[in-house]
Amino acid sequence: MLGLRKKDAGLLLLVTVLTVMAPVLLNPFPVDSAMAQFNAGYPDLMQRFVIFGIFAIGFNILFGLTGYLSFGHAAFLGVGSYATIWMMKLLTLNILPGIFMAIVFAALFAVMVGYISLRRSGIYFSILTLAFAQMSYALAYSVLTPITGGETGLQIKPTDTPLLANLEPGEIGRASLFGLEMSQSSIIRMGGWEFTLNVGYYVCAMAMILAFYMAIRIFRSPFGMMLRAVKSNQNRMYYTGLNARPYTLAAFVISGMYAGLAGGLMVAMDTQVGPERMFWTASGEVVLMTILGGAGTLIGPVLGAGMIKYMENIVSKINDQILHTWFAFLPDGLEDAVVAMIYPFVGKGWHLTLGLMFMAVVIFLPGGLLEGGDRIRNAFRRKRTGKEDTAKQRTPAE
Amino acid sequence: MGILEVKDVNKRFGGLQALGDVNLSVKENTVHAIIGPNGAGKSTLLNCLVGKLMPDTGSVMFAGQSVLGRKPYEINQMGISRVFQTPEIFGDLTVMENMMIPLLAKRDGSFRMHAYESVEDEKDLRGEAETMLTEVKLLDKQDMLGSSMSRGDKRRLEMAMCLIQRPKLLLLDEPTAGMARADTNNTIDLLKEIKEKRDITMCIIEHDMHVVFSLADRITVLAQGTPLVEDTPENIKGHPKVKEAYLGEAA
Ligand SMILES: Nc1ncnc2c1ncn2[C@@H]1O[C@H](COP(=O)(O)OP(=O)(O)O)[C@@H](O)[C@H]1O
Ligand SMILES: [Mg+2]
Repeated sequence: MLGLRKKDAGLLLLVTVLTVMAPVLLNPFPVDSAMAQFNAGYPDLMQRFVIFGIFAIGFNILFGLTGYLSFGHAAFLGVGSYATIWMMKLLTLNILPGIFMAIVFAALFAVMVGYISLRRSGIYFSILTLAFAQMSYALAYSVLTPITGGETGLQIKPTDTPLLANLEPGEIGRASLFGLEMSQSSIIRMGGWEFTLNVGYYVCAMAMILAFYMAIRIFRSPFGMMLRAVKSNQNRMYYTGLNARPYTLAAFVISGMYAGLAGGLMVAMDTQVGPERMFWTASGEVVLMTILGGAGTLIGPVLGAGMIKYMENIVSKINDQILHTWFAFLPDGLEDAVVAMIYPFVGKGWHLTLGLMFMAVVIFLPGGLLEGGDRIRNAFRRKRTGKEDTAKQRTPAE
Repeated sequence: MGILEVKDVNKRFGGLQALGDVNLSVKENTVHAIIGPNGAGKSTLLNCLVGKLMPDTGSVMFAGQSVLGRKPYEINQMGISRVFQTPEIFGDLTVMENMMIPLLAKRDGSFRMHAYESVEDEKDLRGEAETMLTEVKLLDKQDMLGSSMSRGDKRRLEMAMCLIQRPKLLLLDEPTAGMARADTNNTIDLLKEIKEKRDITMCIIEHDMHVVFSLADRITVLAQGTPLVEDTPENIKGHPKVKEAYLGEAA
């Protein structure tokens, strides 16, 4: 199906079903229940899940396959965002041309950064990409203010009159896709439950499914195999008649385009951008997502992105008051003690939880959360059949 | 004129003259062995042929074209494949993938971004790889990761990766070093078979005289970076200079 092997087609189908059903799956708790704050099925957050999913899928094509660790991918995210917002300010409020230009500009910038950075490998490559990204951030922040809006960034203002939009004087343009506004939602109420189906989310979801499909095709193609060969043994590659350099550059540009797409979608969902989008912590975040989920696997990076965004948005909202209401059934002294113990790991302390989780994964599950899943599955299988698992011969990229 | 012509090649490493006025002519479809004590410059000479090292002076011609100044992948695309002294394979890839890569490199050149043209296309390539893997007796290990194989298997895989490209010239740097006797004999048989079945020229560096004398059509003895003699195996065996420089200890 679609040029995919059975197993990959199954994976794509699973991802499609999960993303389409996300507004329901992520809202498992009734609105008035105490657990409702763990509901992640609101448009804003779901959009972030899939947009960062795209970002991580693309990053993984570079890092997971070739092993080149870029520390500057947020620069492409930013370039994509700026390109999109300018298209929306000047040309049209339809998001497609903007997103298209986001990919184009990110690609051009990636060719330049990649061409220079890929002259080195290992830590020197990482540092070069980091330098480029920080340079872009600093420029966007200061010298390039006429283009980037400097510190305050860019947003769509009442004075913006895109060429192809007929706005009332003073009306603020809203992002749309052929008349369908990104912010439109329909809310479905069922009993105590509430599910929000948002246009913007489904646009992003479609983009992610497409991005995921492309990634599968790349992983399974001879080109993808060559990228893994780069990671495995460049020396052998050269003596086998292959030039590793254009392969790494192609991977770099492709992953830059994924980042550009993610940046464009960010603006399409929320029509503003600031230079902090290119800050090095943003570059670091996608590295964390990819490693946490499982570098070099297909679905891992999406999982990692979801995990981190969930913690950032949900775990971070648990404050001490909420903790106290949870443990109110305990005797007072004990309640305080328990809350005091948990408190550092939630709310503003969510970074601590993330950090510990990341360390645990790197130390115990170098293949990421996905490896954890595999191990659990294998353990069950072993128990059932009572034999050692022989699948160890080969670790297929799932 | 041989398929490979090395003329007056010199190579210094600092104060060390690793190669001094090396002249070598390898005839097409022959097996040419280069022997010599450790540190004689055998690997250095090989490195000068594949673009890893640039000789200080001299020329290296392959099939009428100079290889000097070309990148290793360009030289491979000209038809020279190389087996390393320590096996160089793709450890993170399966044996089958290890075979597909040289096959694709041969077919599609040094860089191409593409998917398989069709299911049949992939099948054909696999079929070709399977045939080669059968020849080196690795077919049953095709799904194993390169890094999890034994050293002997890695060597055989590397040889298969080179052979599947159907090179005009195959360079082998001590292909049996560290192998058990049985493995060595298998390798000799494999190389003999290849040599009979195909039009291929081989240049083989070897320590093991048994291997050299069972395979080589001509032998060059290298000592301290300079060729001492070049002759047939029969004549080399009895050559006084060779005995003195190399076989001395053994004889
Ligand atoms: N890259 C290098 N830098 C410095 N010296 C080298 C280098 N490669 C080889 N040599 C020296 O050149 C001489 C020949 O080495 P080599 O060609 O490896 O010998 P062989 O393969 O015949 O045992 C040795 O003395 C070795 O130490
Ligand atoms: Mg040597």
